[in-house]
Amino acid sequence: MQLAMTILLDGLSFASYLFIVSVGLTIVFGVMKILNVAHGGFYAWGAYCAAFSITLAGDNDYPDWVGFFLIAGSAMVVGLVLGVIIERLILRRMYEQDEVLIALATFGIFLVLEDLIILTFGVNPFFAYQPMAAMGNVMMAGIIRDVYSISLFALAIVVAFGCWWGLTRTKWGKLISMVIYDREISMAMGLNVSAIYLVIFVIGATLGALGGAYVSPTISVAPGFGIDVIVLSFAVVVIGGMGSIPGAIIGAFMVGLFRAIAVHLMPELELFVVFAVMAVVLIVRPEGLFAPAKARTI
Amino acid sequence: MTHKLATKALRGAALGGAIAAAALAGGAVQAKDTIKVGVVAFLTGPAAGPFGVPGKNGAELVIEAANAGTLPAPYNSKGFAGAMLDPIYTDEAGGNAKQVAEYRNLVQKQNVDALVGYISSGSCMAMAPVAEELKKLTVMATCGTPRLFEEKARDYVFRTQGNAVGDSIAAARYMVEKMPDKLTYTGINQNYAWGQDSWKFFDLAMQRLNPKSKASSKPQFPKIFAGQYGAEISTLALDPSEVVHSSFWDGDIEAFVLQALVRGFFQQKTFVSVVGASAIDSLGKKFPDGVVIGTRGEYGLLNRYDRSRDLNNWFVDEYKKRYGAYPLGPSYQYGKAVLFLKIAMDKAAKMAGGFPTQQQVIDAMKGMEFESFGGKVTMSLGNGHQAVHPVGYGITKFDKEKGEPGVVDVKYYSGDCINPPEGVLAADWLADGMPGAKCG
Repeated sequence: MQLAMTILLDGLSFASYLFIVSVGLTIVFGVMKILNVAHGGFYAWGAYCAAFSITLAGDNDYPDWVGFFLIAGSAMVVGLVLGVIIERLILRRMYEQDEVLIALATFGIFLVLEDLIILTFGVNPFFAYQPMAAMGNVMMAGIIRDVYSISLFALAIVVAFGCWWGLTRTKWGKLISMVIYDREISMAMGLNVSAIYLVIFVIGATLGALGGAYVSPTISVAPGFGIDVIVLSFAVVVIGGMGSIPGAIIGAFMVGLFRAIAVHLMPELELFVVFAVMAVVLIVRPEGLFAPAKARTI
Repeated sequence: MTHKLATKALRGAALGGAIAAAALAGGAVQAKDTIKVGVVAFLTGPAAGPFGVPGKNGAELVIEAANAGTLPAPYNSKGFAGAMLDPIYTDEAGGNAKQVAEYRNLVQKQNVDALVGYISSGSCMAMAPVAEELKKLTVMATCGTPRLFEEKARDYVFRTQGNAVGDSIAAARYMVEKMPDKLTYTGINQNYAWGQDSWKFFDLAMQRLNPKSKASSKPQFPKIFAGQYGAEISTLALDPSEVVHSSFWDGDIEAFVLQALVRGFFQQKTFVSVVGASAIDSLGKKFPDGVVIGTRGEYGLLNRYDRSRDLNNWFVDEYKKRYGAYPLGPSYQYGKAVLFLKIAMDKAAKMAGGFPTQQQVIDAMKGMEFESFGGKVTMSLGNGHQAVHPVGYGITKFDKEKGEPGVVDVKYYSGDCINPPEGVLAADWLADGMPGAKCG
């Protein structure tokens, strides 16, 4: 029982992390049909800005809880600044191009963002452990857990609820749904699709940056750590169905849970299990578990 | 006219051939003012901060001092066999395929005379066959997998750093000697050559040194640079083993320590970190006390305050003066590899009576014994291509007076105590009970 509970908690914790970093990717794909490889760059920039500002605050004797505001602030600033610049200056000029070409462009953007990190922050790692240390630990299922990882679960719920509410209960959400179903008809009906694309891309970038910023207190923030996130995020999004938020939730949960089972019971399978889940899902449902229904174009 | 030209061409070719033959036969070649050497280390990516950049700094410091003739005696002759070394610093990041292309570029386009470096065991294993194919002298500085020379004899590859066998056996000896009552152990190591070899030899050595000891059936092997270890820490916490062995390096050791620290892991388990000393300087007072720590030699934190050797004094002082930080293990390892090249080239030049050929340098390197910044090094394994040197371990304890990380209860194990004799596979030697080990 203790083992089952531990596996569940570990699985949920990792799934929360996966959901937060992949939801931005799936939103951007769902609305804009862009496979945004630059998402890893937003993640890395979010982590760097948060780690840098938390370290600075720590050096200047600010209380540890300030770190949580810096995490949120970093995500918003990175999402807004990078999102607006990239969407307005680069992607906007490419919407009529082939999807593969746009994906390649975002890969180029990712490489530029990685190099800008090295130019801005150097190669030495940052350690912004203060928020994690401030939250302390708690005994659960017989082992000590850090409260920070548990808070990741709460954050994932907030993000999932926010996405659901935003898309289904607001005017903007309904307009976005229109664009998802048919961009051209939406434009013909006078919808400012260009503005919606900008808003969606900024939201996607902010969510990517939030993932990095929130994770930054738990890791060594060093150049190049955004690459693995893209791979994992793609796996989650493909399992769940590209463009589907419920799919991202289920995809993240499946990957998190199967990985935790592997780590606890068959550690030698840990590397393999994420992609095994993806392969099995794609064999059964090539479009992913929750791929949104496509409107028939006549 | 055509006949005359052909005769001239033939004469020229014959002369060139004679020069080349003389060089190959062992005579000295024309003196050079400059030699070009590729220095390869992680300059970007997660391994750059704690390993690549300190390694490059160590190489840079020694290259410049050797060029200027300001290294401490007896290495204060100017240059490398009189030539100035012109380094071409190259990034090790990007994977093995990229590294092979970089290696070929350095050798075939930039015409380097030698290569020094390589941190990852993956890089070393990928580069060694290319070095042999291109017949280019390559001194591996840091990587640790014993497979480099156990799987195949190499003619052009040397490694001045001891391998994972010595590091792991020294760790096991330390545990058995200092904490004999801790009989159960598990591990968390990266899932590639270095991590797997480190665990394998630690496990074999523990079994041999204390037959009552028992390994866990679920040692963890996460992917290198995984970054998130929540489930692994839970698994290790649930495991009844008292000791956790790890050869984590780069950002992985730092991330693991941060995540494990807040979960009270280091109060529950004795953590043995083969190469975690680089993280101590990064994390400072956050790094927990009571961790059994190694630096893969007589380096860094272990001998920072040991001022009994001139070479170490010079290295620590000059490094700190120039880079504003203490040298880490990789700084020593890269400095040592460059020093090895210098000593071998000077020795070969002396024997040849002029600027040496590559083969003469290789002959001088084989089986060489030399004093380095981190103690004595003997190239006694791998047919004279693999270094053996003492390896130390200690226990972390933050020095409140100095306000710096510290280490207590340091013990060094000589190279002969922790490495098999030449020609014997490490696994066989361990299975036989380490016959002939000289542990003083």
